[in-house]
Amino acid sequence: MSDLAKTPEPTKARAASGSAVDAEPSAAPAAAVDPRLLVREQGFAGYWTEFIRKVRGGELGSLPVVIGLIVIGLVFQLQNDKFLSASSLANIAVFTSGVGIMSVGIVFVLLLGEIDLSVGSVAGVGAAVWAVLSVNHGWGDWLSVFVAIACGTVIGVLHGFFFAKIGVPAFVVTLAGFLGWSGLQIWMMGKEGSINTPTGSVVEDLTTHFFADKAAAYGLALVAVLAYAGSQLLDARRRKTAALPSRPLSEILLRTGVLAVLALVVAYFLNEPKGARGLPLALVLFLAVLVIADFVARRTTFGRQVFAVGGNAEAARRAGINVDRVRITVFAISGMLAAFGGLFIASLSGGATKSLGSGNTLMIVIAAAVIGGTSLFGGRGKIWSAMLGMLVIQSIQQGLNLEGMASEIQYMITGAVLLAAVVIDSVSRRTQKSAGRA
Amino acid sequence: MIHVSATPVLALRGVSKRFGAVQALTDVDLEIHTGEVVALVGDNGAGKSTLVKTISGVHPIDDGAIEWEGTKVAIGRPHDAQNLGVATVYQDLALCDNLDVVANLFLGSELKSAAVLDEIKMEKRARELLDTLSIRIPSVRIPVAALSGGQRQVVAIARALVGDPKVVILDEPTAALGVEQTAQVLDLVERLRERGHGVILISHNMADVQAVADRVAVLRLGRNNGVFDVAQTSPEEVIAAITGATDNAVTRRRARTATALKEDAK
Repeated sequence: MSDLAKTPEPTKARAASGSAVDAEPSAAPAAAVDPRLLVREQGFAGYWTEFIRKVRGGELGSLPVVIGLIVIGLVFQLQNDKFLSASSLANIAVFTSGVGIMSVGIVFVLLLGEIDLSVGSVAGVGAAVWAVLSVNHGWGDWLSVFVAIACGTVIGVLHGFFFAKIGVPAFVVTLAGFLGWSGLQIWMMGKEGSINTPTGSVVEDLTTHFFADKAAAYGLALVAVLAYAGSQLLDARRRKTAALPSRPLSEILLRTGVLAVLALVVAYFLNEPKGARGLPLALVLFLAVLVIADFVARRTTFGRQVFAVGGNAEAARRAGINVDRVRITVFAISGMLAAFGGLFIASLSGGATKSLGSGNTLMIVIAAAVIGGTSLFGGRGKIWSAMLGMLVIQSIQQGLNLEGMASEIQYMITGAVLLAAVVIDSVSRRTQKSAGRA
Repeated sequence: MIHVSATPVLALRGVSKRFGAVQALTDVDLEIHTGEVVALVGDNGAGKSTLVKTISGVHPIDDGAIEWEGTKVAIGRPHDAQNLGVATVYQDLALCDNLDVVANLFLGSELKSAAVLDEIKMEKRARELLDTLSIRIPSVRIPVAALSGGQRQVVAIARALVGDPKVVILDEPTAALGVEQTAQVLDLVERLRERGHGVILISHNMADVQAVADRVAVLRLGRNNGVFDVAQTSPEEVIAAITGATDNAVTRRRARTATALKEDAK
């Protein structure tokens, strides 16, 4: 920063001598901070101006989807005051979880700049494998769940292999998978075409188990808020000791406050109103997947490599990153989470069927990631967008269900929301380009 | 600046490379010492890029030998070159636009504490590195997409220095830059020399070569066509060697001896 102090000197010298010699361009030190650069002020005001500037520059982040959620909540609540009731919210939470977990896998694939069209079929295969093993062959509950998820992973590795090593476009590989795996699923389900979930099984518990103890929901909310605040404060302190710019305390407090209000309101609705059943296991699992995936994406070498390959695969290759391995791993994650999500869907629908995961499951899963703000063009996005997007879709479905609207109308509205999300993505990318940010 | 002292850090001895029916390189020799800038010049298709790619491990050599600090080494893939201490800055820079400056600098060699990325340590090291090179960029936490062409070039060069290489290869670092940015990059090249790196500078720009290089190695049609000491060579001589005009050291000598003979005969 000593350069800042030096900058005015040539001006003074020029003023003093008044000669043209001093006014030569080289007098301006090249090392000075670029005067065109907008420096962020410290404190809350700086945070706010920075936020406005980012939005103007097209870096919308999660803003559209958050606004969308608020609008959806208001509109449906005005139509039907059951929308924000305990059972309705618990429903949204439970229905969000399975497809949401699948959507987390899709976010990874989208970060690579690729697409996985097979997640619906892989979910079906996962559920079919679990059902056939545990019901028809009498395997242990946990073992068959584990094998089902492993099958999904292997399928993902296979897709990744054809894409990364053979060079077939991911779109085509997973399209073939979409057809092929749903064929396998139907073949496995045999003549009856459906296998009911055994009562008391792990898979049944996935979506029907609730932690009735009120301490569970409140405790989880509290732990989440404390963990967030703790990590933020620790990070700020470490940055301060390293003499790096850090988040101001006011911003940390604001963020923690918003999170605390959200978490406690959700916990309250899960616990307190009449008919509330407590904290759903499905929500806990979904949150666990989100937290782990977010950690992997942002804080590990692998996550960094995913973003790098999605941004510029050739640069990643030259930096010594094993691009093929990253790609195969990402498709394996997608397959694994798809199979895991398939078990949730089986749990919700009372068993594995021939048609589980077909229909609009694939579209919902991809739509959620995109609505949540993950770019289709690769390299930009957040894991949490899977949850935000899925909340939008499930809220709309739940609201329209309460209104007694037919499913075809739901499709049309979800389609329109997806289109809006992609339009926002494309327009914000264009704005970012003109603002020199993409 | 004549280097009679130590063994060269990197030496190519009689290197040849074929692609199918094309003999891209024939018996090429090249020596790089520490603290020396060697400009590699030649017309399009002269084999500059191929030569650089053999050093950086993209194309393994067919014949000849590569010596590293006097011992023969095999460079079969990019990783071998990186392990030896050769860093290459490609013309297309190879930066990830979506990642910020810190992430780009440490891409492929991230600093970790217990399997978790140590962002703070990386940011600190990045600032130190950029400071020692007197590189000014708005912020180390903005995506590379937001930087200008010159800033990207210096980030790409700084990136090559993260692993503290002994030899840095710059492939046309000033090709797309303005006057001011070119000067900044040339300053940076000089700073690399001061820090004791051996630098191979590929350039078409004679002014740049004259400004920073110690020696100029000319390639023509895949063969050595002379190595010149910049201080004692005019640009015209180098250009003659590049274009293959018959005026080079060998022909000049022949002409001199011929006139001497003639005078003797008088």
